[in-house]
Amino acid sequence: MIEAYLIHILILICIYIVLAVSLDLTVGFAGMLNMGHVAFFGIGAYTSALLTLGGTPFLPALIAGAIMAGIAGFVLSLPTTKLKGDYLAVATLGFAFIIESVLKNWVSLTRGPLGLPGIPRPEFFGITVSSQLGYLIFSAVVMAICVFLIVRVEKSPFGRMLEATRDDEVAASTLGKDVYKTKAIALTVSAFFAGIAGSLYAHYISFIDPTTFSLLEVILLFSIIIVGGLGSSKGAIVGAIILLILPEPLRFLGFPSSIVGPARQILYALILLLILYFRPKGIFGRVELGES
Amino acid sequence: MNTKQPDTILEFNNVSKHFGGVKAVRNCSFYVKKGQITGLIGPNGAGKTTAFNLITGLLKTNSGNIIFMNEDITDKPTHYIANKGLARTFQKVRLFDNLTIEENLLLAKHHPGENFFKSFFFTRKPSKSLLKKVKQVVNLVGLTKPLSTLTSELSYGQKRLVELARALMMDYKLLMLDEPTAGVNPFIRKRLKVLLRKLRSQGKTILLIEHDMDFVMSLSDEVIVLDAGKKLMADKPGKVRKNKKVLEAYLGK
Repeated sequence: MIEAYLIHILILICIYIVLAVSLDLTVGFAGMLNMGHVAFFGIGAYTSALLTLGGTPFLPALIAGAIMAGIAGFVLSLPTTKLKGDYLAVATLGFAFIIESVLKNWVSLTRGPLGLPGIPRPEFFGITVSSQLGYLIFSAVVMAICVFLIVRVEKSPFGRMLEATRDDEVAASTLGKDVYKTKAIALTVSAFFAGIAGSLYAHYISFIDPTTFSLLEVILLFSIIIVGGLGSSKGAIVGAIILLILPEPLRFLGFPSSIVGPARQILYALILLLILYFRPKGIFGRVELGES
Repeated sequence: MNTKQPDTILEFNNVSKHFGGVKAVRNCSFYVKKGQITGLIGPNGAGKTTAFNLITGLLKTNSGNIIFMNEDITDKPTHYIANKGLARTFQKVRLFDNLTIEENLLLAKHHPGENFFKSFFFTRKPSKSLLKKVKQVVNLVGLTKPLSTLTSELSYGQKRLVELARALMMDYKLLMLDEPTAGVNPFIRKRLKVLLRKLRSQGKTILLIEHDMDFVMSLSDEVIVLDAGKKLMADKPGKVRKNKKVLEAYLGK
């Protein structure tokens, strides 16, 4: 029982590491206040879930979820790459609202608030990942691949160009860098990986509904990357581990569940405030939020 | 003087730019000749920096056109103009403050790994020849700090030098400097003068905004004077110095 609980937390940590590291590519590296990450998470989850429920094998569904999220990221980049700071935050937040609303109201496709039950566990090359432990291994492998790829991009000359765009867009463009294209790619790639996380989540929990991808998730994701430190994938990983484990003891204090939920949110907010007050660059961070 | 010649590299033809009711540049024309240092002077608010921003595509013109190396670059994207061979520095230094001196300089060169799809195969480590070029430029401007220093840790004067070095790293045809001596000590100022002369002797073209009259007059082959968004005159430094209209523009009647 305890073992299953621990494995459950570890699987969620793997999924949130993918989400946080990919979000940091836009927020920490490209300097874009991207509040729409949860929408890509949702698009990946719904695409992958709907496809497998319709009979598509798992792996193509996972990839389709990532591609759909990537396309959504690219579409969002078209009107928003010229926006800066708070304006971009509001625009991307609006996008998250729209996606949540579509998931709620496109009942013929998504079943709306009823959600999608019975999403099958992954099955590929003749193996069905049905046990908890199996799913942990599977999600750890996917997480490792995603983190490896994202870190590779961040440490490349393209990553340096992202950082230049973050620090000073005008200077980067006078050096001949196409900053709008760079930011569009960052948002697309970041969304692509959020889509993978969405698929991992849907096939693990086996039930998704629009509330899973609500704006409360945005706050959690931002807490993770701010606590860990912007512009550092190590920070995003450590932040995900800390913020997913920290509220867990609340379960064992014997509070009624009506209090545990809000207490979690209070705890996130408290951690966020403390870190911004005492260590604004986070644990491993190099850059401050909204510095430039 | 100051008309279009066969060796003109930059033409600023009847350009206007207004911000709401403020006419920053009014039907202004000037020409920059290849291989020489051209000074751009004028009192505060004359439109010098606005002209720079129009040339580099950071601002869009309201009318007129800008020709650089025989191509109409009016209102083209900034990165496109930069890639055609236009390097510039800013009045207020603009560096990538969370990156090192070395990375700031490397960004002025294009790297195949800046293409996203190829990025997986490259690290940020520069090639030997590129690193050599970085060291060469750093020595040229007289920067003594280690290359691994974050630029946010530098003093203002040193930041200016990094910005200049970064511009020099580019494969530029025209170098535009916006008040390079502002906020730097007399020693660096002298050094800068030597450096700009050296660049000219190598055949480089420089357009220079400057408030330090001794500096600009002793360096420039030709000086363009702007006042209230218009070209007041353009001539050899010696003639500009003695011109009555120029004195009036600076000091009032």
